Amino acid sequence: MRKLTESRLPEAVSQGHRGAAVAHESAARQVSGQARYVDDLPEPANLLHAAVALSDVAAGTLDSLDITQVATAPGVVATLTLADVPGHTDIGAVYPGDPVLADGQILFHGQPLFAVAADTVEQARQATLQAEWNITPGDAILTVDQARAAETYVGDTVQFRRGDALAGLASSTHTTSGEIHIGGQEHFYLEGQVSLVIPEEDGGMLVYTSSQHPSEVQKLVAEVLGIPFSRVTVDVRRMGGGFGGKETQAAQWACIAALLARKTGRAVKLRLPRSQDMTTTGKRHPFVNRWTLGYDDSGLIQAADIEVNGLCGFSPDLSNAIVDRAMFHADNGYFLNDAHITGYRCRTNTASNTAFRGFGGPQGMMTIEAAMDGIARNLGEDPLTIRKRNLYGDEGRNVTPYHMTVTDNILPELIDRLEHSADYWARREAIRDFNARSPIIKKGLALTPVKFGISFTAKHLNQAGALIHLYTDGSIYLNHGGTEMGQGLFTKVAQIVATEFSVPLATVQSSATRTDKVPNTSPTAASSGTDLNGAAAQNAARTIKQRLIEFATDHYKVRPDQIEFDNGQVQIGEHRLTFADLVQTAYMNRISLSATGYYRTPKLHWDAATGKGRPFLYFAYGASCSEVTIDTLTGEYAVDRVDILHDVGDSLNPAIDIGQIEGGFIQGMGWLTTEELKWNDEGRLLSNSPATYKIPSIGDTPPIFNVDLFDQPNREDTVFKSKAVGEPPLMLPISVWCALRDAIASTADYRINPALNTPATPEQVLFALEQLADQVREAS
Amino acid sequence: MTDFLLNRQPVTLAKTDPDLTVLDYLREQAHLTGTKEGCASGDCGACTVVVGELTDQGMRYRSLNSCITFVHSLHGKQLLTVEHLEQAGALHPVQQALVEHHGSQCGFCTPGFVMSLFALYHSDVAPSREAVLTALSGNLCRCTGYRPIIDAGMALLEQRHGDAFSAQIADIEAELRSLETPVLPEETKTDHVVGFWQPRTRQDLAKARAQAPGARYSAGSTDLALEKTQRLANLNALIDLSQVAELNHISVDDKGLHIGAAVSYTDLEPALLTDYPEAREWLERLGSRPIRNRGTLGGNLGNASPIGDTPPLLIALGATATLSNGQTERTLPVSELITGYRQTVLADDEWIDTIHLPRRQPGSQLRAYKISKRFEDDISTVCVVFYLETDSKDTVTCLRAGFGGLAATPLVLADWQDQLIGQHWPTVAVDTISRTLADALAPIDDVRASARYRVQVTANLFRRFHLETTQPDTRTRVHTHGGLDHA
Repeated sequence: MRKLTESRLPEAVSQGHRGAAVAHESAARQVSGQARYVDDLPEPANLLHAAVALSDVAAGTLDSLDITQVATAPGVVATLTLADVPGHTDIGAVYPGDPVLADGQILFHGQPLFAVAADTVEQARQATLQAEWNITPGDAILTVDQARAAETYVGDTVQFRRGDALAGLASSTHTTSGEIHIGGQEHFYLEGQVSLVIPEEDGGMLVYTSSQHPSEVQKLVAEVLGIPFSRVTVDVRRMGGGFGGKETQAAQWACIAALLARKTGRAVKLRLPRSQDMTTTGKRHPFVNRWTLGYDDSGLIQAADIEVNGLCGFSPDLSNAIVDRAMFHADNGYFLNDAHITGYRCRTNTASNTAFRGFGGPQGMMTIEAAMDGIARNLGEDPLTIRKRNLYGDEGRNVTPYHMTVTDNILPELIDRLEHSADYWARREAIRDFNARSPIIKKGLALTPVKFGISFTAKHLNQAGALIHLYTDGSIYLNHGGTEMGQGLFTKVAQIVATEFSVPLATVQSSATRTDKVPNTSPTAASSGTDLNGAAAQNAARTIKQRLIEFATDHYKVRPDQIEFDNGQVQIGEHRLTFADLVQTAYMNRISLSATGYYRTPKLHWDAATGKGRPFLYFAYGASCSEVTIDTLTGEYAVDRVDILHDVGDSLNPAIDIGQIEGGFIQGMGWLTTEELKWNDEGRLLSNSPATYKIPSIGDTPPIFNVDLFDQPNREDTVFKSKAVGEPPLMLPISVWCALRDAIASTADYRINPALNTPATPEQVLFALEQLADQVREAS
Repeated sequence: MTDFLLNRQPVTLAKTDPDLTVLDYLREQAHLTGTKEGCASGDCGACTVVVGELTDQGMRYRSLNSCITFVHSLHGKQLLTVEHLEQAGALHPVQQALVEHHGSQCGFCTPGFVMSLFALYHSDVAPSREAVLTALSGNLCRCTGYRPIIDAGMALLEQRHGDAFSAQIADIEAELRSLETPVLPEETKTDHVVGFWQPRTRQDLAKARAQAPGARYSAGSTDLALEKTQRLANLNALIDLSQVAELNHISVDDKGLHIGAAVSYTDLEPALLTDYPEAREWLERLGSRPIRNRGTLGGNLGNASPIGDTPPLLIALGATATLSNGQTERTLPVSELITGYRQTVLADDEWIDTIHLPRRQPGSQLRAYKISKRFEDDISTVCVVFYLETDSKDTVTCLRAGFGGLAATPLVLADWQDQLIGQHWPTVAVDTISRTLADALAPIDDVRASARYRVQVTANLFRRFHLETTQPDTRTRVHTHGGLDHA
């Protein structure tokens, strides 16, 4: 059922080089239980276990906090409140606003109030129950509408303008308007937030954490302790999933553990129980988006006025960049002509929403895809026809609302191929026939594209470092600034290095990401892990390789072009020796066998003040076609078949890339279907466990799930012409949501575009069907 | 005293907290950290282990959630963990298959998938995609999207040969037999009774009950253990019902099916589906494979949860339950057992002993509908079960319905169902009857759904039942696999 693209590099495949579908570097250890996560590390002597207590009110003033009974509870060694923090008390990642523990103001239901360290996990958690506090409740702002009414934001409202959209709308042949509520999403990384901190002799801290951003954890731990960054070392071997949820929001637990370690002089581990993790950490931003589009008789968009409102929670965190990215993707793959795109960053008394695979892009894209269906229904056209007609094109139709020229648009060709391989039009007919004959069960079909901008929109983050050592047995130690969270980064970077030296992959040893190996790293985020760290590691490898070539040229009296690295061997003129022999000979002749590598992304420029520039090096593209079946009596549905064609440039590892595409698709499908965050009227998260928050289970896997790679090299000069793959596939399942609407629309002969907020739970689907039936009744 | 095999190592636990979970035992005491904690509530499967036990048919391996299983319940069994599968330096076939199919990404859920697949590998189930999905229904993965894991499972089932474990079975059986020392209730006279009782007979159960009047009953502990792991309660006096012979027995006679209260759903499956095959989808959506390996009818009734899935079915089938205190018994309809939110008629010294299902009446119709946000392994938004008997002229002679998720207790709507008696089923006024059904309901909004949805969908499920029993050619289900095929 799965089709791996044939590699064009058959020899490379046998050696595990770039292009080879080798297994994840930890796979054998993962299946045998040997792969260690933070909570699995051998525990230091005298380890203490920490726990936190969370506020039970969404907004107000903390009038009193009595933890005397906590301090004397069995096993308790230390307590921690904000007053115990010697350094900075605010751990906001980019902007201030995130107190490490409550500072008197209660900002959301679930805010950490204090922490405790005890001899066992159970004692620490039990002790938190002994506290008493008084909070004078304030007015909690819990929704986008409330925040907009109160004009409370975590950042300035931003607008992109290309042309005069309002004039464009006024002169458009037709207009369509709408509003959509897009739900948030809990990350549900299988490994929850955890940090283990070991105090060192110089007052420093060694921090083992499950974080996508070790350098930021280092900075924040140093700052709360009031010590130089150089005394804090952060080590991340792997995460049990991250998805953005451990980009900024892993730091708080490391900081609290470090503060308790400082206070007690003992190692401290803090692991959040799942319900606390789900309650206190931020999620994907819910959005409420509105649009008015003008279009002509053929459905071609003439103007667009789009407003996106992100529900950011109590603090800025990364919300400004996230709402920006929603705005950057409000066009998806379509040319909007005259466009205004406005993004509001709504402050609410909820957990501070944060990075999540796609980083606002998915919520932006949903808006235009919702509108596309509307145009199609209004004109009586198939939605695919309208989508294709509006794609970016040649000169005159290739500039985005933020004035970036799209130079690598492959969507028309990619969609053509998928349309054909998925047999779209024949299935469209078959589904119409089925629906005409089936009174209760209805089917829907949709094909939607994805165009996703690759690069951090904060320009300075687009840099990376790597460190490579060659040892005298020829083995290679590899370190870089990227973190491994399951996405296969370590595997791909090792493949790149093995390719450079032309050695078997097993020669290359990946190692834990550490702030004392490669400093000042960027988060592993924005899909950029391989683009940045792979290129940095490639540069480090090339530095050493160049030294070896220069040495061999001199030592063996050959020209550089007579030297060839060949699968663990090196041909040097007439000499053929093993890679290890060359390395040993180089060592004996005092050649440095260690090098750093560095990379920064070229061509980027962005002027936030004018909303113009080139925030992305390139775009990653894809499209998917989904078929669903719905039950009009219950709203239940099934995803029957999915076909995907996705662009990863020249794949570094087709198995890992397909894994990212399939995994991203299912995760995005969960976001749009069953994953429902629910709060009560007091702002308490009700869906705070996997019993009440439902990510896709194995039975939700489409029985027909065809995934193929669009096999063309990246037109930009990335590492081996590959493309980023982490985030873009998350938006492919927008076709599932569109197919659900298509099935619903079939009950009104496809003439009305049904409203369907997300997540489209069975309840939402049933209500959409009812609402549509009401509209039909009113019309007749 | 609890004796079990940890992989191949005999272990004796004395003076261990009664509510110590298998997961905490493994990670904190045995220092085997391959088994992961994902949720500590039995919902994610990262902690899945396999327990081997001697049965009349030989060794049997089953998956369970170690986070909500008490370690003392392992007495006399073999606990298999992920670290043990690799033997003589070679990955087990299930591990190898996951590697080859790229079935792990972050790897945190992987040990749980490995153990569920190991149990599948050692089962006698025929190879099919459904068999793989069912075996892995309790394992969540957030990275892969499952496709490679399904492929690995399919490949395994198609080439199941023996493994190192098959070769060791005789030895393991001998080792387990050597552990088989019955646990007798400890004599105690203090008021504050602490301990874990594991009676083997009804008589010993009565003794344990007398000795530890405050102790909680534990059968599969799939619900009880959450009080410990989620609400931080101390469950320091437990009576384990899972080894009481009389409560683990299923018998069939002409009156019906008699199911011991501690029979697991997995063990109940063949007998239930023989008489009532329409209950298959309902059963497959009840929890997950590891939950069904542990959960019991007695536990589901005893918890008296408004969202339990079994009361609606038992009510619709006209089931009765026998309560016992070891000396006297009483039998009453299941509909009268539950009196309020998590309240039952059980007296302090009583336990739920046996549940009786009537034999199938020829020509009767049963439909067990479960509606939930996610199709598998989810708590019901509503669970609605209809049972219908008609005479030769299609006149309704009996209609019983059980409703879950619609009130503080499982609901019986006697007036509503009685109005249908004597009516001609194919021509009943479906609109009116579904409207009166809706009018009789007053559910609440909660995390799973709104009250409005619950009412609407329940009324619509009556429409579905009528359609399915009068127009069998009309497709009414989105899934065509599992249960009845309505394609």
